[in-house]
Amino acid sequence: MSEMTREQTEALIQEVLEVYPEKAQKDRAKHLTINDQEIEKSSKCITSNRKSLPGVMTIRGCAYAGSKGVVWGPVKDMIHLSHGPVGCGQYSRAGRRNYYVGNTGVDTFGTINFTSDFQEKDIVFGGDKKLNKIVDEINMLFPLAKGLSIQSECPIGLIGDDIEAVAKQKGKELNKTIVPVRCEGFRGVSQSLGHHIANDAIRDWVIDPATGKEFESTDYDVTIIGDYNIGGDAWASRILLEEMGLRVIAQWSGDGTLAEMENTPKAKLNLLHCYRSMNYISRYMEEKFGVPWMEYNFFGPTKIEESLRAIAAQFDDKIKEGAEKVIEKYKPQWQAVVDKYRPRLEGKRVMLYVGGLRPRHIIGAYEDLGMEVVGTGYEFAHNDDYDRTIAEVGNATLIYDDVTGYEFEEFVKRVKPDLIGSGIKEKYIFQKMGIPFRQMHSWDYSGPYHGYDGFAIFARDMDMTLNNPCWDSMTPPWKRMGDETAIAAE
Amino acid sequence: MALRQCAIYGKGGIGKSTTTQNLVAGLAELGKKVMIVGCDPKADSTRLILHAKAQTTIMHLAAEAGSVEDLELDDVLKVGFGDIKCVESGGPEPGVGCAGRGVITAINFLEEEGAYEEDMDFVFYDVLGDVVCGGFAMPIRENKAQEIYIVCSGEMMAMYAANNISKGIVKYANSGSVRLAGLICNSRNTDREDELIDALAAKLGTRMIHFVPRDNVVQHAEIRRMTVIEYDPKAKQAQEYRDLAQKIIDNDRFVIPEPISMDDLEDLLMEFGIMEVEDESIVGKTADSAVA
Repeated sequence: MSEMTREQTEALIQEVLEVYPEKAQKDRAKHLTINDQEIEKSSKCITSNRKSLPGVMTIRGCAYAGSKGVVWGPVKDMIHLSHGPVGCGQYSRAGRRNYYVGNTGVDTFGTINFTSDFQEKDIVFGGDKKLNKIVDEINMLFPLAKGLSIQSECPIGLIGDDIEAVAKQKGKELNKTIVPVRCEGFRGVSQSLGHHIANDAIRDWVIDPATGKEFESTDYDVTIIGDYNIGGDAWASRILLEEMGLRVIAQWSGDGTLAEMENTPKAKLNLLHCYRSMNYISRYMEEKFGVPWMEYNFFGPTKIEESLRAIAAQFDDKIKEGAEKVIEKYKPQWQAVVDKYRPRLEGKRVMLYVGGLRPRHIIGAYEDLGMEVVGTGYEFAHNDDYDRTIAEVGNATLIYDDVTGYEFEEFVKRVKPDLIGSGIKEKYIFQKMGIPFRQMHSWDYSGPYHGYDGFAIFARDMDMTLNNPCWDSMTPPWKRMGDETAIAAE
Repeated sequence: MALRQCAIYGKGGIGKSTTTQNLVAGLAELGKKVMIVGCDPKADSTRLILHAKAQTTIMHLAAEAGSVEDLELDDVLKVGFGDIKCVESGGPEPGVGCAGRGVITAINFLEEEGAYEEDMDFVFYDVLGDVVCGGFAMPIRENKAQEIYIVCSGEMMAMYAANNISKGIVKYANSGSVRLAGLICNSRNTDREDELIDALAAKLGTRMIHFVPRDNVVQHAEIRRMTVIEYDPKAKQAQEYRDLAQKIIDNDRFVIPEPISMDDLEDLLMEFGIMEVEDESIVGKTADSAVA
């Protein structure tokens, strides 16, 4: 139940659009809408996955971010080479908090920046020879690395380096998996194309070459796909699946390994959390190897229960019983969390703006705490994501695609949410406006938020932020006294 | 006299490098201080002046040393016939890297190192035939060459290229000081070649600054890695290059060109019988339908 009526929200959108020049107004109008649960196809009310307008402050990233930062980066026993000038690799190093187990620098490499550090001469003369040498050096210095992915930065595509040829030749020579990824940042409109390109590279250079590799499977083999283990998310999810009797044979790609990716086509069922970034490879494995896949949601007890039962329904009674046992076991735990925090959070209103999954997936967790999401939007979703969003949010809720800095601020000023969940670039603007804020990409250096364990942390974090005494200090004492007293005091 | 910066453009293989070096030798003979900047990865813009196969280039030296910052001007600048200063920008072998970026880097290096600051009269940029990307337009950007000479001949493709290069000049001329300074006809002995190039130049709003006839002595000199002026100063051809040099010294007609449309260019070619008059009735007809 939103406090704003449909008409009011509509008027708000119109008012915000007014400042734009005519052409921009026309374009941005297509990306802003009001939820209507009657509509089945989101394409009727919102346009997505289009080029951002020049001149606006978009919050999006690039294809390189989608491939290196999201899909490939967390594969822990491979080295991911940022191929090109130094900045792309250095400024994306270890920023995403994909937790993993291992000896960094020995058998795992997640937080190290590997870059070919392109210089002027590499641009002019081409970088293939340098790449060749780097592969040898990496192989000598880090012999336990299971493979290498070459993450192309912009110049690689401009000067036409043949990284595929280098990958093929060196892969054969060293008998290791070497994957060229053409994720140059100028490709596509956001990080979304980078996810797709990365998925395709896994298909062509990991899954297909590993076909026929021996693997001892069981009837209960599943995989976790599209969980990047941010703050330990995948671990908090994995234990639930294991407790209900399933065997998790791969994590994509948080705390994941090359071998796990290779084994994935042997699973009985692929479980897909982040649909946006990994639906491509899930569809491929279904077509080629007949492995079915299903989406699930491990944010908040309501969605977890739903998902556990839906997953169990794909298996025999043993698993179904297991799922019920798990649900029963954790009920007192999450009930205690709800009992403690719901009274402190009840009725609070939240605005979200995140990447490609959470703007819809995390709503249930807020609702479990008695909170309401009054506005939501995605950086890089496609229309199939908005299709899945319509049912999750109430009628008359504001929805914004690739929101601009200006629009987001204006919406916030008018909707006046109690809490905003978005990214680092938005955080300090809204905090300075006096509005409690949580980073919903990195969990604000907290987490996990997935699973029952994650829910307890999620609830604590929201309470800690919303009910922090600092918000009472936003108005200085001399203003709090009231204008007359203030003047008298002077 | 203020430094005059000139760039030589033209279709690939038309004789830009040979013409440039011979005319520069002519300028040197007339007492001018000249520098040649080769802007082509082939690095063959200075060989006739230096009697060398190919001069070691800025980009190759930079790659060896680490970066251009590690180079000194003396490392890359060679002095040849008539005290002509020579540099080659250099670049990758065909099919790899970015040759255009090499030209940009090299020219920036020369500027930063003050290569143009000594009392020089002329700098000549000898640029790769096809202006395929921004890098090869570098010499005609702001504060570089103000005078563009296009080498062409009476052949159809050479004239197409001259017209296209004029279009490129217009783009930069409107925002800067670059101007078309004339066409140099490097004769291929086609019919009425001088009249044709005169006519083309008039249409572009410029003039044919000199007609360089064809002479085997150019090849004789070239196999000795020499300019005609040095190899056989008494040859008639040597005098032609001296004339061209003198005309360039005296030149003060710098214009923003008016490139012509494809139709106008084809009309001109038809007028001179270089191109057949098109028979519109046969366009798109297959061999079979022509028989029927």
